Amino acid sequence: MSPAGARGQLDLNIKQKSFRTASGGKFQVLGELAFTLGSGEVAALVGPSGCGKTTLLRIVAGLDRDFEGGVALPAHGTLGMVFQEPRLLPWRTVEQNVRLAAPRATDTGLDTLFQVLGLKAHRDHYPGELSLGLARRVALARAFAVEPDLLLLDEPFVSLDDALAARLREELAELVNRRPVTTLLVTHNLEEAIGLADRLLLLSVSPARILADVPVVRPRAAHTAAELAALRDKIAQRLSQTCL
Amino acid sequence: MGARLVSLALLIAVWYAGSQLAGARLLPDPQAVALAVLDEGRSGALAFNLGATLARVAVAFIIAMMLGSVIGLIMGRSRIADRLGDPWLIVLLNLPALVIIVLAYVWAGLTETAAIAAVALNKLPIATVTVREGARSLDHALDDMAQVFRMGAWTRLRHVILPQLAPYLAAAARSGLSLVWKIVLIVELLGRPNGVGFEIGVAFQLFDVTRILAYALAFIAVMLAIETFLVQPLERHVARWRPRPA
Repeated sequence: MSPAGARGQLDLNIKQKSFRTASGGKFQVLGELAFTLGSGEVAALVGPSGCGKTTLLRIVAGLDRDFEGGVALPAHGTLGMVFQEPRLLPWRTVEQNVRLAAPRATDTGLDTLFQVLGLKAHRDHYPGELSLGLARRVALARAFAVEPDLLLLDEPFVSLDDALAARLREELAELVNRRPVTTLLVTHNLEEAIGLADRLLLLSVSPARILADVPVVRPRAAHTAAELAALRDKIAQRLSQTCL
Repeated sequence: MGARLVSLALLIAVWYAGSQLAGARLLPDPQAVALAVLDEGRSGALAFNLGATLARVAVAFIIAMMLGSVIGLIMGRSRIADRLGDPWLIVLLNLPALVIIVLAYVWAGLTETAAIAAVALNKLPIATVTVREGARSLDHALDDMAQVFRMGAWTRLRHVILPQLAPYLAAAARSGLSLVWKIVLIVELLGRPNGVGFEIGVAFQLFDVTRILAYALAFIAVMLAIETFLVQPLERHVARWRPRPA
């Protein structure tokens, strides 16, 4: 156990989590699973589909309390979260969506956010008038506008084309660089994980456990393309072994 | 618009033909009814009675909608509340309007309170059932979002829940308004000294079909105006965010 109380620190200690199936049986999604995220650290949870990554994130977000174990969030911490789908209120404009989640956000703060994410022209649009890429940017803006102590990202760029996902990843990296925030990123895209995270947590198939805790050496920019490819291949190999 | 006018003209023509066949005593022609409306209007009786009825409609409607929305929302969100409230709803839904009205007058006397309570009680279960249906179909994903971002209770109600309930509230209001004004007339007929229902009761005893039609038409016109100038603009405002079909 690391000392508690540090701002932005996340302590997760799950004994197990299972779902009741419709037929009355029990299905264990998460096994024994513990890790600590230091303040400002960006960790990526990487694992095969259906291994309980989203369940884990829901537990951290406090949306699922039916599990054995404990979660210690940053004290009085504010959460920012980007779900798999944008989850915007369709009856409120882009700006209202952000302001409702972040009532204390300042005008200049929002101006900067909208500028960085290319949303300036869309402040008064309704979500139904936006493309998926734009709607995801709004979801990112909303998560950053609350100035979170802990940022949770659940496959934030899934179902976008590669070029757009890459651009959004850069924008996300820029936002994190502007204001470092403890971040837990769920993804099954290794490029995304290596590009954004300081640390990769590899999960097994369910019941999920942590297979490996792989540091990504900072600064990320110092990596050569060859080094990155080697790292990706090494991790991909480990993952494929566990899936079989 | 043109088709509507043709349809309306056809209705008046059928009415006129009917009055020629049945005789003016059973079915007075449109002109006679229009003159009766003007007559009642000039004496001030029309405005007075329409006003009394409209006030009862408004108060009973607002009470029933507010209570029905709150109860429906709670029953739609909580299983235990749904189980507790459901038998009451079934009883109220199946209790004939006339029974509620007569009992209200017997228990509370021929008072304004009894009249309005009886009307509201008739409308309440239908509003509750409609809103409950809406509350059951609330989007859990948006609930989760509101919880993660720690939105306050008021923000959640106003910006997350009510917009989702809007179509159900509109349906409840639509059907409710027409139901409430019909029941208000019965309540007035049975136990109030004024209002459209009371006037129709008097006209019935005098076998004055012209006056019955005059009051009925005047009231329909008022309700039509409310629908056109109040309900429809409100619906358009609530649906402003929906992308318009190209």
